[in-house]
Amino acid sequence: MKTLFRTCILAAASLWSVAVLAAGPNIPLDEAKVDLHDKASLQRGAQLFMNYCLGCHQMQYQRYNRTFNDLEIPLELGVENLQFTGEKVGDRITNNMSADMAGNWFGTAAPDLTLVSRVRGADWLYTYFRAFYADDSRPFGVNNAVFPNVGMPHVLQELQGVPRKTYESRMIDGEMQDVYVGIKTDGSGTMSPDEYDQAMLDLTNFLVYTGEPMLLQQRRLGWYVFGFLFVFTVFAWLLKREFFRDIK
Amino acid sequence: MGKLVDWIDERIPMSKTMKIHVTEYPAPKNFNVWYIFGSLAMLVLVNQILTGIWLTMNYVPTADGAFRSVEYIMRDVEFGWLLRYMHSTGASAFFVVVYLHMFRGMMYGSYQKPRELIWIFGMLIFLVLMAEAFMGYLLPWGQMSYWGAQVIISLFGAIPWIGDDLTLWIRGDYVISGATLNRFFALHVIALPLVLVILVFLHIVALHEVGSNNPEGISIKKKKNSVPDEEKPKFKFHHRFTSKYDIVDAIPFYPYYVVKDIFWVGIFLFFFSYVIFFNPAMGGFFLEPPNFEAANPLKTPEHIAPVWYFTPFYAILRAVPDKLMGVLLMFGAIVFLFLLPWLDRSKVRSIRYRSTFHKVNLTVFVISFIVLGYLGVKPVTEVYTFLARLFTFLYFAFFILLWFYSKNEKTKPVPERITK
Repeated sequence: MKTLFRTCILAAASLWSVAVLAAGPNIPLDEAKVDLHDKASLQRGAQLFMNYCLGCHQMQYQRYNRTFNDLEIPLELGVENLQFTGEKVGDRITNNMSADMAGNWFGTAAPDLTLVSRVRGADWLYTYFRAFYADDSRPFGVNNAVFPNVGMPHVLQELQGVPRKTYESRMIDGEMQDVYVGIKTDGSGTMSPDEYDQAMLDLTNFLVYTGEPMLLQQRRLGWYVFGFLFVFTVFAWLLKREFFRDIK
Repeated sequence: MGKLVDWIDERIPMSKTMKIHVTEYPAPKNFNVWYIFGSLAMLVLVNQILTGIWLTMNYVPTADGAFRSVEYIMRDVEFGWLLRYMHSTGASAFFVVVYLHMFRGMMYGSYQKPRELIWIFGMLIFLVLMAEAFMGYLLPWGQMSYWGAQVIISLFGAIPWIGDDLTLWIRGDYVISGATLNRFFALHVIALPLVLVILVFLHIVALHEVGSNNPEGISIKKKKNSVPDEEKPKFKFHHRFTSKYDIVDAIPFYPYYVVKDIFWVGIFLFFFSYVIFFNPAMGGFFLEPPNFEAANPLKTPEHIAPVWYFTPFYAILRAVPDKLMGVLLMFGAIVFLFLLPWLDRSKVRSIRYRSTFHKVNLTVFVISFIVLGYLGVKPVTEVYTFLARLFTFLYFAFFILLWFYSKNEKTKPVPERITK
């Protein structure tokens, strides 16, 4: 019986690990080292979002004041510097672009980004932001290595500069082949490559936050619950042992 | 206090019921850890009902409002995220404990005579639970909610003659729409929970009528006056049990199994809380990533997979090239479980005293179930389809083989009493 039980556990465990690795984009994703405790990074991310993304992408489930409070931005400062559309501080983060207009301009509605980190994952976003490259065959002159034929233009080009796909000649199976190695900017942007990577990490960090704004509270409460359960279970075990002492 | 109890007892059988079913109810003394899952299922049911009530207070069952209201609960309702995660984790936990509970029954032959009706009620609970979970999964109105429901409902279209009309009748529309969401909401929060609670009640009534099985698979009820007094347990059991039989090797449900279950509830809650507080999506198995995107009837997700607890049956469905045959086989997988009390013709209940062949057969069954569950979340490829067919065959082979060998199975001698 024990063997049967052990076999089941083992089988389940090995299948589990395989299943988690299922599906993914065609280029390897870079790891996004997001840190929800890094308020400065989150604030910079919010700044980038409000300035560059919000024009098209809404965050219709997230409110300004919740964001400011969680990111430790004083409300007056937030309203003055991060709210551009005259909404109230308790309003949700929305814009005025209709899905019809977006459809005409980009071929599709710009998706809401509140929960995008939960759909795509942090690594995907971080890599996606850094995977735009110049491609004259596309309407906006850019394509994306993570999301081929993406509908949006490279909004952050003024920060990154014009990114180009770079290849390296490598010997593969006895033949020289051009292998895609990454994206290089022409240096015309206002940020250095390192600065741009950091900025994209900040933006990713912010999107991870909006996906689960309660995450830190949730984890903290989790430890208290574990603490309570530990004490509870120890006493429950002692009680059980006391009762079963006489049962042979 | 005593006077109040007397007053009530003269009007409804409160103390009597308590004695018969709790404090003077004889349970075999040798329950092992496999016997905790019934209580845990009850705990999870209560969790689902309570968190469900509070979720309903803020949920909006319309195509426009559903997704938004879930995010409202997650963000704007005080501890709304906790209610929602308790409910979503509870759904998966329900299936974890129910599957283990069913496996326990299969291991120790708890479905055998005279407990056939307990098993049947249990299977009905399982069936209603699947319907309940399926309808509940549409309510967040995410992409997987929508397309998963689309796939499952379209299965009914495979039924000849009435198929198309039937799917139309279920959906209330030509596609899944707000009309479908409304009726699923009604069924999920009222109709099915009521049925579920009634079935659980009947499950326990049936259990308490014949008494629990145990890991030895032998009865604790002996012929009246066949057991000398010094071998009888020192506990007082209700005369409803002792008037017809001599009860041996038993302990009262309260306090013994109550304190034991409380301890295991603590252990269970560790796992439960880990998911709620640290990993609510459980790697995409409990909450699927595409479901964080609002339902879009014009955009089909790349890969539609049901939630993990349906995947064994989904794999069986996909293993068959013909849609109708696939649907029939999928339902057949559940029908065979229903028939288990009559397919197993062995005189011996517990796996401890059954043949090696039976042990291997049951092991293969469990492995088939797990592998099918894994295959159900994967996209269809040639290798996976082959494996799905192989393990579907093995799944059904368990029942067929059982019927043949169990009649004259070579079993080990079963002891007279639970010796321990």
